[in-house]
Amino acid sequence: MNSIEQLSGQQPQLAALRPFAGANAATPYLADPVQKRERKLLGSIEEAIERTGLQDGMTISFHHHFREGDLVINRVVDTLARMGFKNLTLASSSLLSCNAPLIEHIKNGVITQIYTSGMRGKLADAISHGLMEKPVQIHSHGGRVHLLQSGEIKIDVAFLGVPCCDVFGNANGSHGKSRCGSLGYAKVDAQFARQVVLLTDEIVGFPNVPVSISQDRVDYIVKVDEVGDPSRISVGAARVTSNPRELMIARFAADVIEHSGYFKTGFSLQTGSGAASTAATRFLEDRMVRQGITASYALGGITGSIVDLHKKGLIETLVDTQSFDNVAAQSLAESPRHLEVSTNEYANPSSKGTYCDLVDVVILSALEIDTDFNVNVITGSDGVMRGASGGHCDVATAANLTIVVAPLIRSRIPTVVRHVTTVVTPGESIDVLVTDHGIAVNPGRPEVAERLRAAGLPVMSIEALYQRAVGLTGEPQAIEFTERIVGVIRYRDGSVIDVVRQVRE
Amino acid sequence: MKLRRSMLFLPGANAAMLSTAFVYKPDSIMFDLEDAVSLREKDSARLLVFHALQNPVYREIETVVRINPLNTPYGLKDLEAVVRAGVDVVRLPKTDKPEDVHELETQVERIERECGREVGSTRLMAAIESAIGVVNAYAIATSSKRMIGIALAGFDYCVDMQTERGDGTELFYARCAVLHAARAAGIDAFDVVYSDVNDEEGFLKEVDLIRRLGYTGKSLINPRQIELLHNAYAPTDEDVDYARRVIAAAEAAERDGLGVIALNGKMIDAPIVNQAQRTLQRAQASGTRK
Repeated sequence: MNSIEQLSGQQPQLAALRPFAGANAATPYLADPVQKRERKLLGSIEEAIERTGLQDGMTISFHHHFREGDLVINRVVDTLARMGFKNLTLASSSLLSCNAPLIEHIKNGVITQIYTSGMRGKLADAISHGLMEKPVQIHSHGGRVHLLQSGEIKIDVAFLGVPCCDVFGNANGSHGKSRCGSLGYAKVDAQFARQVVLLTDEIVGFPNVPVSISQDRVDYIVKVDEVGDPSRISVGAARVTSNPRELMIARFAADVIEHSGYFKTGFSLQTGSGAASTAATRFLEDRMVRQGITASYALGGITGSIVDLHKKGLIETLVDTQSFDNVAAQSLAESPRHLEVSTNEYANPSSKGTYCDLVDVVILSALEIDTDFNVNVITGSDGVMRGASGGHCDVATAANLTIVVAPLIRSRIPTVVRHVTTVVTPGESIDVLVTDHGIAVNPGRPEVAERLRAAGLPVMSIEALYQRAVGLTGEPQAIEFTERIVGVIRYRDGSVIDVVRQVRE
Repeated sequence: MKLRRSMLFLPGANAAMLSTAFVYKPDSIMFDLEDAVSLREKDSARLLVFHALQNPVYREIETVVRINPLNTPYGLKDLEAVVRAGVDVVRLPKTDKPEDVHELETQVERIERECGREVGSTRLMAAIESAIGVVNAYAIATSSKRMIGIALAGFDYCVDMQTERGDGTELFYARCAVLHAARAAGIDAFDVVYSDVNDEEGFLKEVDLIRRLGYTGKSLINPRQIELLHNAYAPTDEDVDYARRVIAAAEAAERDGLGVIALNGKMIDAPIVNQAQRTLQRAQASGTRK
């Protein structure tokens, strides 16, 4: 009787223990000098897919750091289609216009379920018109991590494009020829996915530093020609605007911040990538300099204009889940106080600590806002999905002062409406609406309204703004929908806040 | 005393701009039916402006319409529409002599009577765009009691002078002549448009020049120029402080029945009090200079 048998005879609960079978019984690759070093490197996406053991009906995930310049999502799904996969769930942190080729793969049954923060272009159009049997699940950036934690989304294989990694998969986005900056979305996928495949166009020396995605989360690495075109990250997200209306809204937004009661040294802020938001940053700079006020941190999608304030010493720390341009990506590589964070750290309501919880002021956009301050950032005036939930509802509820900026009228369509087509962020989270025609303060924040009035800002009721809008445009005809639900809008805690119905043809 | 620092040009055929432009809050808004409107859009532009003028959103802002010259097929139609729609000021382009204004005034008065509008309530202004116009500036400025101001228009004037727009040297005489005519007539003077909207520095330099010359304001072609202009015309904190003390001294003198106003031992006369009132008015409109 050997010692194992003896052991299990005396202690039956230890019967499963195995005898020693050699130093590398569990790590055979260590015996092979090539395998030891390069065991994760695979020659093709097909090979990686085979090795992961992906099967029909499973869930694959992607990040959207390259936004309109992404070259991974379509390529991987093309490959999966060629290999004959069916019935997959696609869980991408978001989808954009460049993902229109997915339409074919939905039609032929490769993709049958989608989780995403948003959609644009032809794909969004097709899904809004009933392309999919199962409705698309729209979540926020923070809400996505919550769904991963709760187990509703179980990623079987994450395919993550990274601008550089080493042979073991230590990856970052702040270096490499396709540098995209923060890998805040991808970090979460790497953490939660059962298997992780990195696609990269640059394999660098080991160990690659900084480590945004760590080697102990990475199963396979495939070298490809190009993972993304960083110059297309900011496509669709407006740069510094010369539009007088956007500038006026931006100036109002900066006025609101200045007089809100939150504009003091050490304040924190998040501004979106929209034209008015970006311009507001510029107007804020003047006010910060004039009054000697500095901010403790700026959160969110980081843009060049925010980096500019950081470089001038006006914002101490940048907390970055997504770099919106090359200036931001470069700053992430260079500034010790430019911090890369995951969406779990950014905005997950079930996280043990998120940066959005301590934001003082956030500037957000809206496709529509209603007289109860509910905001729609998903469906357009034609009822078709064309936007993204993003971090909207996450930061709106967390921030001390949530400002929505929007023109009162876009072309001839009012932005302020009686009822939004789709509720993404509840009105209770919105404090101030800034339009080109005036400023409305949520009645729940009378002290803010008082401060803004005292500063001489054009504060009016949201009802007055609504009346102004319909006075100019007339009451738009209601969009006709069918009963069929094509999209489910998930609030950040996973609850259903609204649904999107199919537009009647 | 009406502030007229900024007069924003709007192409009359642009419905989208007509429906929102008032939000930029220029001191006056000028709907253009003339050069900014192509021939085939003359009728639709007139109709759009006719409706815009009657919209409540334009009630709180001074409205000006640049009509086509009366010797074109459009001029009189424009005038019929805008006087009936309640325009505050009609701007006559290419004014060479006082008779041009007389002709306009005759028509305006007729239309006012026909539509029941108070006679004399339609104010006029003239754009001077030629050498002869500049020479006749004073006669034009004093041609009618309805005149609120005269404006120099640089482009046509330069063509007439066989020169081109440059650093301002080419406008040197015209600017001074038009300004003197306006001041002598007791009406406002408006400077030329600055057409490179992306050149903020050049714009501000020109604004600084015309402000120091004494111009009431300037014609603008982009809403972005409004805030810049208003800020440049805004008094400094010191100006406001001094103006307040002048007004306080004037009020004290009035209260005490004194004929002479004194501040810090110096005598102050009526023009200084008027100047102080203008300073405070500008400060109230746009704050102090940033």
